[in-house]
Formats: sequence, structure tokens, C-alpha cells
Amino acid sequence: MSLKSNLHNLKEKYKGKKMAPAFNAIHTFLYAPNETTHSGSHVRAVDDLKRTMNTVIMALVPVLIFGIFNAGYQHYAAVDAANGVVRQVSLFGNFLTWENFIMGAWTVLPLVIVSYAVGLAVEFLFAVIKGHEVEEGYLVTGMLVPLIVPIDTPLWMLAVAVVFGVVIGKEVFGGTGMNILNPALTIRAFLFFAYPTWMSGDKVWVHQAVDLAGGPDAISGETILGYLAQNKGAEMSYSVSDMFFGFIPGSVGETSTILILLGGLFLIFSKIASWRIMVSAVIGALVMGLIFNGVVDAGWITETSKFYGLMSFAFWQHLIVGGLAFGIVYMATDPVTGAQTNRGKWFYGFFIGFISVLIRVFNPAYPEGVFLAILLMNVFAPTIDHYVVRGNINKRMKRAKNATILPSDGEGKAQELKAETV
Amino acid sequence: MALLSKKDTSLILDPLADNNPITIQVLGICSALAITAELKASIVMALSVMFVLGMGNVVISLMRNIIPSKIRIIVQLVVVAALVIMVDQVLKAFAYELSKTLSVFVGLIITNCIIMGRFEAFALANGPWRSFLDGIGNSAGYGLILIIIGFFRELLGSGTLLGFKVLGDPIEKTGLYAIGYENNGFMLLSPMALIVVGLIIWVQRSRNKALIEEN
Repeated sequence: MSLKSNLHNLKEKYKGKKMAPAFNAIHTFLYAPNETTHSGSHVRAVDDLKRTMNTVIMALVPVLIFGIFNAGYQHYAAVDAANGVVRQVSLFGNFLTWENFIMGAWTVLPLVIVSYAVGLAVEFLFAVIKGHEVEEGYLVTGMLVPLIVPIDTPLWMLAVAVVFGVVIGKEVFGGTGMNILNPALTIRAFLFFAYPTWMSGDKVWVHQAVDLAGGPDAISGETILGYLAQNKGAEMSYSVSDMFFGFIPGSVGETSTILILLGGLFLIFSKIASWRIMVSAVIGALVMGLIFNGVVDAGWITETSKFYGLMSFAFWQHLIVGGLAFGIVYMATDPVTGAQTNRGKWFYGFFIGFISVLIRVFNPAYPEGVFLAILLMNVFAPTIDHYVVRGNINKRMKRAKNATILPSDGEGKAQELKAETV
Repeated sequence: MALLSKKDTSLILDPLADNNPITIQVLGICSALAITAELKASIVMALSVMFVLGMGNVVISLMRNIIPSKIRIIVQLVVVAALVIMVDQVLKAFAYELSKTLSVFVGLIITNCIIMGRFEAFALANGPWRSFLDGIGNSAGYGLILIIIGFFRELLGSGTLLGFKVLGDPIEKTGLYAIGYENNGFMLLSPMALIVVGLIIWVQRSRNKALIEEN
């Protein structure tokens, strides 16, 4: 007997019991269900929730693999830098090496495993308690979480944050599809506010930097935004191409703009994510960056200002450092928490980009604001949609009131229709 | 004869659980979020409100037949204000550090909705003894939630209880801190207090289905 029929039998056996959702989940996760609808006409589509989730995960895999290599690379580069060895990045020479991969996998994979194990355990638990089917919503969240945290985040902190994020961010609202806030960002926000020393500063972005701090082998790995926030942009040795390709310190998956861009294009062409949100968020970030550049050019801010470093940062470079690109492509486009109407998506995306750069520049504690901006706009998304829908209703109402019904000058149905829709 | 009749007992016990001012009536949330970062402050706040509400209910109840109903809110305010100033002065005299921690929130007991709510809903229509019990019961229900929140916030946020380092010393890395435990800074922020209140409401309602409203 095959695994499939075994599972099917188990499912039948436990039907109506408390454990049923758990078996159903494993069954539908691995196989197409046996039952099909018997009557009536139905829209047949293959892009169910499971497939949507899997498409996003596919778009995330390159970022994850790059993150693993980069974790190893940044560690060895920091060790070299501490020993005074100058290191020039070369893709095949010292980046895609087994050494980097093993070091990176050793640190990144535990994050992935803990994120999935804890998150899915909570999902199963709630499915059993509520007697609902297990939802696939955590599949993407579980992959996003390890990509948006610093490399050395202690695993127990991650586990606590995942429990908090899944329960408070999602389950209390009714589970997948009902949440107001993006669960992955709720987890990130919890970590940020609960354990700030592990989420910011110059020690957390490179593996072992915390352990070695203060000793003779001390290594450091300040992010680019960190340098800029301290007005130390000149000390930074990263070129624009480093930023674009992602050979820079940062959260695990956020560094490589080019892979995120490819992932974003894949999501747009598979029609999973909204291109409107991505485009408008990029516009929003550029506009805010231009405003700040303008302020610097006008001479209102001098080099002594603590905002000078980030304000004078070229406006388009905001897109290729920090988590902005990652947030725009994978987080802002979450179909549940984002705006639903097409016009609303433009506003929603624009403000995400705009506020991200705003928080980046003005937040003294932590030079990154993407997750806060997205969470804020998550809260406002229903309001935006409300006004877009109201606006549409009012416009049509006005049109209906002002419409002059032309007398039909012919017998045909076409004329009558024309008269009605003027 | 028992000290309290069944009806009187329910005046005290109901607000502790099924008619709790915070979790059921959702009153007094403001102070529950503001001063519960430490257990000690929570306890002092609970006792202060108990004194103000217990005494206030008795005073209002004694005057209930001579207060003109048109100006009753002003009379109530005067009574609360007098009692709150007494609490404030006592705290300043005998627990100065604590009164600095509580700062403006002692004064803001005046605006605690529970107090005016009980005056309006109970003391104006009942005798002094029953009003006293009602005041004690409601403030005990309020204080109970405050102490639960304060307990978790101080334990998880600072790793202490009433100032004692129950989880070890975070700087010398003893106790739990030796194995990598860290305090949860989010617990010290007010939003987390709101989430804790929400969790308490959640637990309470899932234990007692009768409390869940139809919608």
C-alpha cells in the first residue's frame, strides 16, 4: 500500500476526531486530494493557496542560498580585516567556496529549522484546538523569518518570537487570510523591541562577532546604514556593485539586490505579487531620497548634523542597501495585509517606500525602517481601500445623477444600451 | 449569621472574575498599561484605588439622598479629588521613591473610569455598607488584573519580582542568564501591557464561554 493511500485511510479513520486536521494537513501537503466536487459548475484553477505559497518560496530560494554563502564570506572577511589582511571579493575566487557554504549553512539552517518547526507546531496546535484545517500560511512566513534576522540571533529568541508572531499576529485574528499585520514582520518587530541588543549595532551582522567582541580576535561588521548613521560613510570600503550584488553585511537574506530583483520579476510574471505595489514603493523611496538629497544640496544640513550621513546618501542607493528591496518585493506585496484595490496599491506602496527612507534617516536608535513602515501601512491598508471604494462609488453616483438619457433614435438594443450608459 | 449574606458576597466576588472591571467592562485600561512595568507599583496602585473607591463609595452613598442630581458629577469629582490627594500626600510622605515612579498616575486615579462608574452605577442607589463592599470588590478585581500584569511584566521584562533578582543577575551572568537568557525589553513597553491584557481576556473567555458576546 502506498503512503498516499495509507494517509488517506488514516484520514478516514480519524474523520471527526480532534486529530483529523493534522492528518489532513500532511495528506494535502503531499498529494492532491482524492475527493473532487461532484456537482455544479466550478472554476477550475491550479493556483491554490499551496501553490501560491510554493511559488513565493521558490522565489526565496536563491536569496537563501546567497545568504548562506554571504554569511560565511562575511565571517571570514571580518576575520581577515581584523588581522589586517586586505580582501577583494571575487565571485568564484573567495565567495562561492565550500568553506563559506559550510560556515553559512551551519549558522543559517538552524534558523530555518527552528522557524519552521516552531511555527508549524503552533499552526498544528491551533488547527487541532479549533478543529479547522491546517492552513498553508506559515510556509512563506517560515522562510521569510530566517532571512530577515541577523545571523547570530539566538535560537530560543527566534522560537519565542515565532510563537508570539504566529499567535498574536495571526491566530488571534482567525488564522491565515484574516491577519492585519504581516506575521513575519510581527516576529521581526517583536525581536527588535524585545532584544534590541541582538538586532542592531555593529556586532550582530557577522557570525561570531558578538562572541569575539572585546577579545584579541575581535571582529566587527557594521552595515552600510550603520556607517552612514554615524557619519562614517568615508570609512566604508563597499562599492556600489558590492551593494547591488550583496557582498555586504546585513540580515541573512536582505543583502543581494540583484537576486531579490530576479525573485521579484519571477513573482510578477507568475502573477503572485502585485507589480503596482513594488513600483510605487520604489517611487516612494526615490522621492523621499530626492527630498533629503535636495535638503543637503540646499545647504540646510551641514556635515556636523547627525543626519548628514544618511541624508547625503545618493537617493537611488537607498534601494540597494538594507532591507528595503527585500521588504518591497517579499513583504509589502503580501496579498492579505496589503491594499486590495488597484488604486489603493499605488498609495500603499508609495507610502511604504516613502516612510521607510524617512524612518531610516530620522531614527537615531536603528538605521532601518522598512519593517516599521510596512507594518504601519498594513494597519492603514483597509482605510486606503475604504476611501478608494468610496471614491469609486461617489464617482459612479455622480455619473448616474448627471447622466442625460438620450432618446433612443432607433429600434435596436444597441441604442438603448448606449443611452443607459452615457 | 454569617458575616456577609450571599448577595453581599457576590458584590465582592463577582468583580474578581465574571464581571471584572478591566477584562469584562474594559475600564481603567489606561493605568493598567502605564504603571504595571513593576509589580510594586502595581500593588501600590491597586491599594490606592481600593482606598479611594471604598471610601468614595461610602461617602457618596451616605450623601446620595442630598446630592442634587444636576450637579452630582461635580460632587463626585470633589469626593474623588479629596481622596486622591490624601493618597498622594501619604505616598509622598512615606514612599517618596515609589510616588516618583507612579508620578502623575496617582493624580490620574481621578479620571479612572471605574471610580466614577461605580459611583454612578452603585453608590447613588445603595446603602453605605453594600457600597463599601462593591467598592472593595471592584477595586480588588482591578487590582488583581494589575498585579497579574505587573507580575509578568516585571518577571519577563526585568527578571525581578518586587526588586528581587529571581532569575539571576544579568550583569554578572548568574542563574538563568548564565545559559544565555535575556530580559524581554518589549515587556517594559506599554504596547506589551495591552497585549498581556488581551491574553488575560482571551484565557478568561475561553474558560467561561458565557462571557463571549454574540456578534
